[in-house]
Amino acid sequence: MSGHHQTLTLLLFSAVVAATLAITSWAGSRRRGSAEEFYAGSRLFTPLENGFALAGDYMSAASFLGIAGLIALYGYDGMLYSVGFLVAWLLVLLLVAELVRNCGRYTLADVVAVRMRERPVRIALGCSSVVVSVLYLVAQMVGAGSLVALLLGSHGAAAHTWTVLGVGALMVFYVICGGMRATTWIQIVKAVLLMGGALTLSILVLLRFGGDLAQLLTSAAGRSGHGADFLAPGLRYGGAGWASRLDFVSLGLALVLGTAGLPHILARFYTVPTARAARRSVVWAIGLIGSFYLMTIVLGTGAAALVGPDAVRRSSPAGNTAVPLLSAELGGGADSTGGAALTALVAAVAFATILAVVAGITLAASAAAAHDLYASFARPGTAAGRGDPAGSPPFPRQRGGGRKRQRGDGNRTDEVSVARVAAVAVGAVAIGLSLLAQELNVAFLVGLAFAVAASANLPVLLYALFWRRFTTRGAVWSVYGGLLPAVVLVVFSPVVSGSPQALFPGRDFACFPLENPGLVSIPLGFLAGWLGTLLSRGDADPARYAESEVRSLTGAGAV
Amino acid sequence: MRAFWGMRIDDPWYDVLATGGAEVHGTPPGTPLQQAGPPPPRREPAPPAAYGVYPTVQRSAAFQQVRRRYRRFALPVSAAFLLWYLGYVVLAVCAPGLMARSVAGVLNVGMVAGLAQFATTFLLTWLYTRHARLRRDRLALELRWETQDMARSAVAAAGPGGAASGTAGEAAR
Repeated sequence: MSGHHQTLTLLLFSAVVAATLAITSWAGSRRRGSAEEFYAGSRLFTPLENGFALAGDYMSAASFLGIAGLIALYGYDGMLYSVGFLVAWLLVLLLVAELVRNCGRYTLADVVAVRMRERPVRIALGCSSVVVSVLYLVAQMVGAGSLVALLLGSHGAAAHTWTVLGVGALMVFYVICGGMRATTWIQIVKAVLLMGGALTLSILVLLRFGGDLAQLLTSAAGRSGHGADFLAPGLRYGGAGWASRLDFVSLGLALVLGTAGLPHILARFYTVPTARAARRSVVWAIGLIGSFYLMTIVLGTGAAALVGPDAVRRSSPAGNTAVPLLSAELGGGADSTGGAALTALVAAVAFATILAVVAGITLAASAAAAHDLYASFARPGTAAGRGDPAGSPPFPRQRGGGRKRQRGDGNRTDEVSVARVAAVAVGAVAIGLSLLAQELNVAFLVGLAFAVAASANLPVLLYALFWRRFTTRGAVWSVYGGLLPAVVLVVFSPVVSGSPQALFPGRDFACFPLENPGLVSIPLGFLAGWLGTLLSRGDADPARYAESEVRSLTGAGAV
Repeated sequence: MRAFWGMRIDDPWYDVLATGGAEVHGTPPGTPLQQAGPPPPRREPAPPAAYGVYPTVQRSAAFQQVRRRYRRFALPVSAAFLLWYLGYVVLAVCAPGLMARSVAGVLNVGMVAGLAQFATTFLLTWLYTRHARLRRDRLALELRWETQDMARSAVAAAGPGGAASGTAGEAAR
């Protein structure tokens, strides 16, 4: 890559960083200190804004560059990913968004704690939320490290390390200084940039082919060297026996069920005032995400047709540079000014994407750590009572009082300070793990984060919302019964040992054939919740279920 | 407390928007009852007055209707699209031959099925929001105000604590 292009890219990166810092300082200067503001941006966002922010939280650089690259290399099998990522949102829309908005306050555990004993449920869900967030964060940051190094054209461990440190410091800064308001605006800006970038490139690709999609597909298939097979499944997941096929089914299941259990996605529903607004923000998000993934198909096949899979593979074996290469080609070649400018723009969009996604996850992890874990461990007495959605019965007078109290109340401000410290701690852990893991292929971590979310968070959420007899023991068992198998199965999977690409290539204790544990651990999570409920000593309290059901469906007493 | 009053004046729509706009109807803004009153009761034992309201609402015909309408739409549709998606994934990895069969020009079965996944997602999104808007939203909102009114009067009737802080609150206003 030329020096000209590198200077331009660095300039645009600096512009992105400056813009996000400006947003953070603007948001941070307003109403600091209240939990409502820090965790939920005072719930003042409109559905349109929150829809863009949801899309921004969800569409990582992995989907912008990674999926387009997979399509460029493997054709149809790359598309399979985007379908799962999109269909997952129907589950969020139909079963989760409105009910969570009505029942909860800041975190996933709030929703379940409405009808359960708070302490064990909060500890369990706090742990699983932090685990999901850290896995997702490490995946994003390691990806960011190699991506930025690649985009800047600098190789070597030093550039990678500095990128991870820089991205980590920025994300912690956004969260502790700007809270949810800054994070949301960063997501919105990023989503607009990402959609704009993808749309521009897609239009340029289509113009190249005179608007003829069939011709685009034909020439992509022709140049791929696979002919018609390029447009049919099987290039990536077809061969190598049943294990790789089951692995893909497992990944597909994790993708479609995991989204509804991702803490940073659920936290977004608390930033709008009502359940109806939460529903409308999901509709916006589905529209944006759906059209984005349709555009990645155009970009991926465009890269296959115009750049060619061989050139893509030479530049990055995983395909991550397909879109930058495509943009150089569309701009008039890598050495032309147009090509350099377009590549630099794409790199800046990818960088903004990385920053926004990690900020959102860090905020969700700090909320789980402070609002659920700290509140349960450090002040068990107050966790159940003061200022808690489940603690104070949600009738308007007291609730109105509760809302006022947060702004002046010492404990609430205290909790926000804890959340800020937790953000620093989560950031430090994520930076440390990302530096340790920087030589590894961590693509599986995203799938793993989704699998853990689907196994540990989704069953307990659905049971709590829909099953009358569900008990506290069932809730706790369901979280640990999904979380532990997911983690243990990965430890004994080929990604940790027993294969050349594994974490410990020298050792071999792999006895579970799949890379993604979802196919086994998700049913186990549901089974554990069911068993725990059956084996409970007492029955579920019908009055508390009545409260949870009435509140979730009508919004009575919602904050 | 002074500080928070000052804040409220700076930001008069805070309470309105943060609680869903129309909620002023149920909650007059600026009723700082709890400030004057004792700290709210602990979770266990639950305050019987407010919790008694929820089973009553749950048994009411109006709530049963909201729940039936929601579940009758959301649950079968969720099951259907999950099956349709899983079927698609399983077919894609197990029967690539079928997926590669040509339909028209470059379009093969797999392409059509993949695009159909996108199309059904958009379609179901539209159908669900339409159903919710026309069949559920109004009923649910009415129930929300009713439940909150019931809870408020139940609390007012229940304890001297609640009533006392209520009068204190009125006086403070």
